[in-house]
Amino acid sequence: MDIKDIIKPENKVYGKTPLLKDAILHYCPGCSHGTVHKIIAEIIEEMGIQDRTIGISPVGCSVFAYNYLDIDWQQAAHGRAPALATATKRLMPDKYVFTYQGDGDLASIGTAEIMHACNRGENIVVIFINNAIYGMTGGQMAPTTLLGQVTATTPYGRQADLNGYPLKITELIAQLEGTCYVTRQSVQNPAAVRKTKKAIRKAFENSMMKKGTSFVEVVSTCNSGWKIPPVQANKWMEENMFPFYPLGDMKDR
Amino acid sequence: MALKGAIVVDTERCKGCSVCIANCPTGTIALSKEVNSKGYNYLYMANPDNCTGCTNCATVCPDAVITVYRVKL
Amino acid sequence: MAEKILMKGNEAIAYAAINCGCDGYFGYPITPQSEVMETLMKEKPWETTGMVVLQAESETSSINMVYGGACCGKKVMTSSSSPGISLMCEGISYLAGAELPCLVVNVMRGGPGLGTIQPSQGDYFQTTKGGGHGDYRNIVLAPASAQDMYDFVDLGFELAFKYRNPAIILGDGVIGQMMEKVELRPAKARRTDEEIKKLCASWATIGKTADRKANTITSLALEADVQERFNIKLQKKYAEIEANEVRYSTYKTEDAEHLIVAFGCMSRICENVVELAREQGIKLGLLRPITLFPYPKAAIDALVPQLKSIMSVELNAGQMIEDIRLISNGRVPVNFYGRQGGMVPSPEEIFEAFIKTIK
Repeated sequence: MDIKDIIKPENKVYGKTPLLKDAILHYCPGCSHGTVHKIIAEIIEEMGIQDRTIGISPVGCSVFAYNYLDIDWQQAAHGRAPALATATKRLMPDKYVFTYQGDGDLASIGTAEIMHACNRGENIVVIFINNAIYGMTGGQMAPTTLLGQVTATTPYGRQADLNGYPLKITELIAQLEGTCYVTRQSVQNPAAVRKTKKAIRKAFENSMMKKGTSFVEVVSTCNSGWKIPPVQANKWMEENMFPFYPLGDMKDR
Repeated sequence: MALKGAIVVDTERCKGCSVCIANCPTGTIALSKEVNSKGYNYLYMANPDNCTGCTNCATVCPDAVITVYRVKL
Repeated sequence: MAEKILMKGNEAIAYAAINCGCDGYFGYPITPQSEVMETLMKEKPWETTGMVVLQAESETSSINMVYGGACCGKKVMTSSSSPGISLMCEGISYLAGAELPCLVVNVMRGGPGLGTIQPSQGDYFQTTKGGGHGDYRNIVLAPASAQDMYDFVDLGFELAFKYRNPAIILGDGVIGQMMEKVELRPAKARRTDEEIKKLCASWATIGKTADRKANTITSLALEADVQERFNIKLQKKYAEIEANEVRYSTYKTEDAEHLIVAFGCMSRICENVVELAREQGIKLGLLRPITLFPYPKAAIDALVPQLKSIMSVELNAGQMIEDIRLISNGRVPVNFYGRQGGMVPSPEEIFEAFIKTIK
């Protein structure tokens, strides 16, 4: 059968959702951000909630998330997205409100905001991208940087006595009464992408059920920051990140 | 029943990260020798006969550059 | 006749917020303004007007909740006192940079640092010159009574929305804690979703509909030329505010040969200083800036030719005096009297200081 006969509208089984704008993503090749953006866009399209979804972007690489998803966006000061989301959801309870935050934003400078938003049980969705490094500023140590991991500010590898320990913030979040769903996922292969999509969809649905905060960590790669090509970075993530940040649901009620 | 697939790549948006290639179960895809205007070697169907339209490549693509078509033979 | 109720300045803020259709208050306790949130929590406006009231985990969070609420085109506010306002300055800069309307109340106390819980006007620079980073201005209202505290909530929201800019009520511990009769105003209903859509759909994050492009609220512009164009636009807005929104009052300035300039609680004390001077045949007048930005430059400038001296009286080491000196530009001596650390001078004390400056 000729390819021309296959490539016909009626045979299309997968393509870019219109919820993703045409702008070319500024992310580095292979960056997990793009995959997670795509997942969120597909969920918003499938749920038909474009006019009821408010995204809140952080400071960091994904500050520009608003250039890619065709919904209304608020861009927060560094770490403060959960505070914006709190007010937005409380003032417009019929809206789906989600924050999209990196590890520096959520687990370092914004620790107070995320802890208290989750502890209050705000009916919001939190997407937490953990790539164990600061991407936007050029690959410095993140709170989630692994022991021994080389970054621009841990050039000899992260040492506990000098730099402290990597922070398992998702495990802390899971302890909070206000959270209803806390999970850790990844997007390095099709099965992982599908699981993450299922998790984020559930989180969005939870946010309308007054159950509390849903928190989805996505263990991710930062090829440029790690200085590893994309495919090998996925492997490095599986070998080094997953043992310390094991995947799966921590809480689902 | 056999499945026959094909993909269309938005070559200008492709960054040649190759995550799709690593996840293609049939060895259909590869990076071209040519580069796009950004200088990236982009994705193409090197072995189109192998494609089953499984969507793995498009599912993992961070830049949403792959459209997948599939027919049942 | 409208109903008058005896209340603290801080309580007036809370009652005015409910009354004027405020959508949300987000705050963190700090002396001497904690009665604002206490009153709101006691009144439970979420059961009547639907107003949201939330105690945040910090002032940083409060102001960012205000940012989030303002993004939605809602009338949102916070209140704090000096150290808490310092913590909010990041957020206020972002609000100014994103051109968001909001109301911030600062019931000033003495500083720097943790300072004292006693009244002060030490945040004049911080409030009128920016406070946070970057070239921005707040609309600043300086109340001198509990009635002003009440009335400036509605006025602050009106101005904030008119210019899409943060408005700040710059009170102090005297005004916040003092009990006075306050005349209640006719209630305004909270805006409906439809009204917000009509008023704010061009910019607010209220859900992207098919009939418009997605709205993004951000203060980020990586390209220098884009940022400069935005800065110029902001400055144009501030010039417009300066042209349209100056508010001040005068007391016995018609024949004045000497002028005291004082704002907030000090303006009331200085009315008595004018009386003390007049009793001794000294033609002293008082100008009270009600808006500290925009500052009543033209009003002071017009008085300068008839004056032999100006004295700025402030509860700080001399901050507003710099603005007066810029206006006077050497044409008339500009003197200063102030107390710090929470000390509030008596009219006699100020009068004595004034006499020394003109001898």
